[in-house]
Amino acid sequence: MPLKPITIALAGNPNAGKSTIFNNLTGTRQKVGNWPGVTVEKKEGHIEANGYDITVVDLPGTYSLTAYSIEEIVARNFILDEKPDVVVDIIDASNLERNLYLATQLRELDTKVIFVLNMADLAADRGIKVDADKLSELLDVPVVFTVGNRNKGTPELLKTILSVAEAEIDLPRTRRVYYGKDIEKAISELSKFIREKTDAELPYHIRWVAIKLLENDKIVKERVIRSASPNGGAILQETEIKRQGLREFFDEEPEIVMTDHRYGFIAGIVKEVLKTVSKQRVDVSRQIDQVLTNRLLGLPIFIFFIWAMFQLTFSFGAYPMDWIDTGVGWLGQAAGQILPEGLFRELIVDGVIAGVGSVAIFLPNILILFFCIALFEDTGYMARAAFLMDKVMHLIGLHGKSFIPMLMGFGCNAPAIMATRTLESEKDRILTILINPLMSCAARLPVYILLAGAFFGATAGNAIFSIYALGIVLAISVGRLFRSTLLRGKVAPFVMELPPYRAPMLKGLLIHMWDRSKIFLKKIGGVILVGSVIVWFLSAFPREVQFSRDYQAEIARISAHYGAGINTAQGDVDEAISALETLQAKEKIERSYIGRIGKVLAPVFAPIGMDWRGSVAVLTGFVAKEIVVSTMGVLYAAGADEDEKSEALKTALKESGMTPLSAYAMMAFVLIYVPCLATVGVIRRETNSWKWTLFSITYSTILAWLVAFLIYQGGKVMGLA
Amino acid sequence: MNLSELKQGQTATIAHVGGNGSFRRRLLEMGFLRGTEVYVEKYAPLKDPIELILKGYHVSLRVDEAAHIQVENVRS
Repeated sequence: MPLKPITIALAGNPNAGKSTIFNNLTGTRQKVGNWPGVTVEKKEGHIEANGYDITVVDLPGTYSLTAYSIEEIVARNFILDEKPDVVVDIIDASNLERNLYLATQLRELDTKVIFVLNMADLAADRGIKVDADKLSELLDVPVVFTVGNRNKGTPELLKTILSVAEAEIDLPRTRRVYYGKDIEKAISELSKFIREKTDAELPYHIRWVAIKLLENDKIVKERVIRSASPNGGAILQETEIKRQGLREFFDEEPEIVMTDHRYGFIAGIVKEVLKTVSKQRVDVSRQIDQVLTNRLLGLPIFIFFIWAMFQLTFSFGAYPMDWIDTGVGWLGQAAGQILPEGLFRELIVDGVIAGVGSVAIFLPNILILFFCIALFEDTGYMARAAFLMDKVMHLIGLHGKSFIPMLMGFGCNAPAIMATRTLESEKDRILTILINPLMSCAARLPVYILLAGAFFGATAGNAIFSIYALGIVLAISVGRLFRSTLLRGKVAPFVMELPPYRAPMLKGLLIHMWDRSKIFLKKIGGVILVGSVIVWFLSAFPREVQFSRDYQAEIARISAHYGAGINTAQGDVDEAISALETLQAKEKIERSYIGRIGKVLAPVFAPIGMDWRGSVAVLTGFVAKEIVVSTMGVLYAAGADEDEKSEALKTALKESGMTPLSAYAMMAFVLIYVPCLATVGVIRRETNSWKWTLFSITYSTILAWLVAFLIYQGGKVMGLA
Repeated sequence: MNLSELKQGQTATIAHVGGNGSFRRRLLEMGFLRGTEVYVEKYAPLKDPIELILKGYHVSLRVDEAAHIQVENVRS
């Protein structure tokens, strides 16, 4: 027998334990993606039970369905448009009054609802007892008890879901919020008006539409215009007349009066169903906060946690990174041996394996970072972190929660940008994503070490530090600029709940961590793969290079000489050969497409003190910023395998006409210009928009050039060259 | 008196919530209603935001946002 498909939606306040219930219901069978068109995370899971194929959709956590935030709109539209068979509202039993606000709004939406009283055990600990039968009776809705973090009540919940989905029950028309005589009159008159003016039924419950119109709900207004034309205009006019009447009567906006009435209705329910059995016992959560958000200790402890997370992610993560690096190297070698020499082998080894390897290497970072972040979120500490850092982040027009992604940027921007998923406001998220690459990541450090080491000698440390500081200053200024221009609008109010601390569940943490890492691997991998193949192509083609000298012949001659026993020391011969090979490699890259592009672009880079070699180096740095160093090694003919410690390369750089000033300008350029391929891939993924991705690439490159120009030309004017 | 002028440990009753439309609505939805009791749990280490307890839960609010909320009957 085929399974009957049904869809249920989980709604609830943030911190009501929604994701735990979701995990309990669906186990590991879940899919994380984005809601179409927005960057709000969408989670979906499947269960098969009693002949049903149940799709469980986890709606974004919201306090209301007013359609002010993108999360609320997403949640509401899903219920209105996808018409799930059952909506399950998760209610935090210890916080009944505020949680019921969303519940009453769900009730208004002409849909089958189940209330889940979650964490009633915690509520009982705090001396609160909820009379579920009474609540069920008062609101005409089935009520189920669960304890999410002990996986209690899940079978009962599932049973109730199925029976409600099956039942052809009439939706309760009574026992709803009563908005008072005057507003009720306006609602019924407006409902009547709407009914008369729309021949084709509006797809929604008419009372609800009337309520939302009186509340001046933008989205409902748009929909009325769309689906009730040609009378949409008349309906909105009638609405405005009613609103004006109410406004004059109450001397207050109607939506405010209606919110008041909802809470009044809730207060009545709460009085009946809530029994405070004993005096409040010790509040553990509050005691923890006496320390963790303490006036003196709060910040040092926070800094310690962040430091520990940073160390864990990047220092501890370096070990598995090494293994992956070795593994990728081994794979490349193996492929190199198996495959016949030629273009295909180069494509696989230098393009695909090297490119994908450069992404896979971030996996340990990402796993650890997301484990830590899941730990912060699930325990409730994330809200405290935002509470502690909000003042600082508010300077850039950002929310306190942006601090963690910004800080993680110093390690690697790719996972840091993924960490912006914790931000609720879309504008905050995009702004944080845009300025995140200005936090100088670890991959840029080798470039600074090379350049500063070569040109600043004893003061190299200061030079590098100033580059990091430059990044922070730019992030603040750019952030403020974008906030006041591109991402303008109301700064989301910082009305943030500080939920009670909770012991995290390992299963939840692991699911959290793995879901996000999977996105990284799957979605980012594609972009990187294409990107690395393109960069490989540009540096490997054209195949037939007309060298200025016949290197192979010269190498053969030298070897032959040596073989013929002419008195040359072996060392000298090797040195001569490797010098020739280096020259050849240099010429090869010089004549490749990327080399030619670099030369074409050289005039652009000249005003910031970089010659064509510098411009080729920064071009190749697009794959990964540390590659700038190895390309410079090749181009300045100091050998291809040089690293930042190489004295030979430093000497070569000094002899090339570079000055401390132009080196510093180049460091600034490398700091700011286009983020690496992995980061661009993540930006694309997290903003869900090519427009923002291209904007990020463009603005950073232009800014990089301008800053480098100011440094170089300004320095020259001041006579620093 | 404004909510932002309260000191740590003080309790007051909300008299009026001001501010622009959506901000004000959001506050009301979170339970900042006329007649509701609010307790100032603490100020953040950098003096901003404020942690409040109302309707049995903890919520934080920036100082300049709390300045839009008028309170009366302040007691410690």
